[in-house]
Amino acid sequence: MSRYTPKVVTANRLREGDVVYQTADDRWTPHHQEAELIEDEAHAQMRLLHAAAQKLLIVGAYLADAKPGPNGPEPTHFREAFRTRGPSNYNHGKQADLSNV
Amino acid sequence: MYDYTDFDEAFVRSRVAQFTDQVARRLDGSLTEDEFRPLRLMNGLYLQLHAYMLRVAIPYGTINPRQMRQLAYIADTWDKGYGHFTTRQNIQFNWPKLPDVPAILSALADVQMHAIQTSGNTVRNVTADHFAGAAADEIEDPRPYAELLRQWSTDHPEFQFLPRKFKIAITGSPNDRAVTAAHDIGLRMVRNAAGAAGFEVGDGGGLGRTPVIGHLVRDFLAVEDLLPYVEAVLSVYNTLGRRDNKYKARIKITVHETGKAEISRMIEERFAEIRPHFGGADQALLAEIRKAFAQPDLRHGPTEAYEAFYKADPVFRAWADTNLAPHREADHAIVTISIKAHGATPGDATSDQMRLIADLSEKYGYSELRISHEQNVILPHVHKSDLAVIHAALSKAGLGTANVGLLSDIIACPGMDYCALATARSIPVAQEISTHFEALKLEHDIGPLKIKISGCINACGHHHVGHIGILGLDRAGVENYQITLGGDATETAAIGEKTGPGFAYDEIVPAIERILRAYLSLRTHREETFLDTFRRVGMEPFKLALYQTEGEQDAA
Repeated sequence: MSRYTPKVVTANRLREGDVVYQTADDRWTPHHQEAELIEDEAHAQMRLLHAAAQKLLIVGAYLADAKPGPNGPEPTHFREAFRTRGPSNYNHGKQADLSNV
Repeated sequence: MYDYTDFDEAFVRSRVAQFTDQVARRLDGSLTEDEFRPLRLMNGLYLQLHAYMLRVAIPYGTINPRQMRQLAYIADTWDKGYGHFTTRQNIQFNWPKLPDVPAILSALADVQMHAIQTSGNTVRNVTADHFAGAAADEIEDPRPYAELLRQWSTDHPEFQFLPRKFKIAITGSPNDRAVTAAHDIGLRMVRNAAGAAGFEVGDGGGLGRTPVIGHLVRDFLAVEDLLPYVEAVLSVYNTLGRRDNKYKARIKITVHETGKAEISRMIEERFAEIRPHFGGADQALLAEIRKAFAQPDLRHGPTEAYEAFYKADPVFRAWADTNLAPHREADHAIVTISIKAHGATPGDATSDQMRLIADLSEKYGYSELRISHEQNVILPHVHKSDLAVIHAALSKAGLGTANVGLLSDIIACPGMDYCALATARSIPVAQEISTHFEALKLEHDIGPLKIKISGCINACGHHHVGHIGILGLDRAGVENYQITLGGDATETAAIGEKTGPGFAYDEIVPAIERILRAYLSLRTHREETFLDTFRRVGMEPFKLALYQTEGEQDAA
C-alpha cells in the first residue's frame, strides 16, 4: 500500500500574483517552510476547499507535493522549488523580495 | 505606419473601460476567477508561475519610437524596468499587478497599442517579415495586408470562439523570414505569369506537440481575394475543428483528419459562396491602409565614410558583417539590433535600451522600428553613413553584439523561469550556450546557425525549425533536454529530427559542443554551413559524436 505523499496548499495572490502557501493557522505565507504539511489525503482535500473559497485573496489553489525538512516543509519537484524563489535569470520575485524582510 | 482612425481609437478605449470594470468586479468579488479568467485572457493577461504577465500586441512587429518609449515607461512604472520580446513579435511584461493592469492598458491606448487577442481562441497577432518595407528581395510590403487582416480579425464576431488559437504569418519576399510554413495560414507573396502580385497560401502548418509544415492550398491568390479566402479557411475550420480535445483542436489536425483534398474543396466551396458578398469595401480600405505604409523619403548621399570605417575598424566590421541586411536602396542598410548579448536573456530589453532604440530610430531611422520573431529589434532604414555612430551608441548600451544569425542569436521561450505551462527552463540554457561558446571564441568560426529552445512541447521557442532545436521536458521530476537537428524556418522549411535520448540540465551545453565540434570536422570548407553539412552527411555522424561517450544515458 503506497503511503500518501505529503502536500502543501499553494496558490497565487489575487492582486499581486505572488506565490503563497497556506499555513496551519489559516494565513497565506510567501515562505514554503511555514506552510502546513498535510499528511492525510482527506484533510488535504478539506484544506484545498477551504483555500479555494478565499476568492478575494488567492487564485488557482492546488495541492503540491512536499516533504518534511529541518525548518519546515520543502518542495520535492523542481517546479515547486522555482516557485519558492523566482526566475533564475534575474534576482526578481521572492528571492529578492524576501531577502529584504 | 498605420494610425488609428476614430473608430479604432474608440474601440480600444471602450475595451479598456470594459476591462477596468471587469478588474474592479473581480477585486470586489462580483466575478469569480472562473468568470474572470476568459475575460483577462481576452485582454492578454495571464497568470504565470510567479506573477501575472501582460502580453502586448505589436501588430506585424511594427512599432514607432513614441510607442517604444511608452513601453519603457510602462516597464518602469508598473513592472521591473524591462520587457520581453516574443516569437510572435509581441512584448511581454512579467510582473504587473492586477489592480495596475487597467492603467497599463490605458497607457497603451494613449499610443495606439493594446493587448487584445494576444490570447484566447482567436486570430492572434498577424506576424510579418521583420524586414518588410525595406528588404532588397521584397516583391511588395506585406504590412498593408497584415493590417487589413488585423482590422478584419479584431473582434470579428464569427471568430472569437474558434476551436483553438489561430496564427497567420505573411511575407512579401521569396526569402521567408516569417516562418510562414509553421502557421495556420502562411501567406507568401508571389507574382503570376502576368506579373501581378498575389499570394501562395499555405494552410495547416504549426509546431507544438504535432509539428507540421503547412500544405499548399492555393498557388496563386489574387490580392483582392485575400479577405474572403482567409475567411473561408477560418469558416471551414470553425465548423470542422475539434472542440472536444484541446490537443487535437488546431487546424493542422483538422486538415489531417479531413484530408488535404477534401478540406481544400470545402475551402474553395465556402470561398465561392462568400466571395460575392465582398463588394469592394475591403479593397477601398486596403487602399487607405496602403497610404499609411508609404515609404519614408530616404535621404541619399555618399557612403565612402562608411566604407572607410568598415575597412579600418574590425569591431565595427564584425558587427556590420552579421547585423546588417541588404536594403533595396544601395546606400541604405537594414540594421538588426541584437537583443542577445552573450549571457543575457534572449529578447529582454531594459527601459533604457528601449529609449535609446527609440532615439536612434528618430535620429537616423526615419522613426521606423520592427520587432523580429527572432526576438531582435530592427532599424529598417538606415543610411550607411550613419551606421558607425549607431554602432557606437548601441555598443555603449550593451546592444552592439555582433551575433545576428550566429550561434548566440538564440530564440528561447520564457520557459519554467516564468511560464506556468513550461516543463523545464529555457533561458538559462540559452545563457549558458551563449557564454560557453563566447569563451571558446568559436561563434564566428561556426558561422550561420539557428539554435531554438522551447521549455515545453508547445514550442513557443520554435525548436522544431531550429538548425539545432532544444526541447526541455520533465522526465521523472528532472529537467531533461531533447535535441533535434536539421530544422529550417525558411522557404525550405523542415522539421528537425530527434537525435535520440535527451540530456540532463548540466549535460546539454557539452552535448551542443560535441555536435558543433563534429560539424567543424565534417564541413568541407568554411562556407559549408551547419545546415548544409547536416543535409549532406545526415544524422549518423552527429549521433556518433553525441552518444559515443554517453554509455550511461537513460532512454528518455
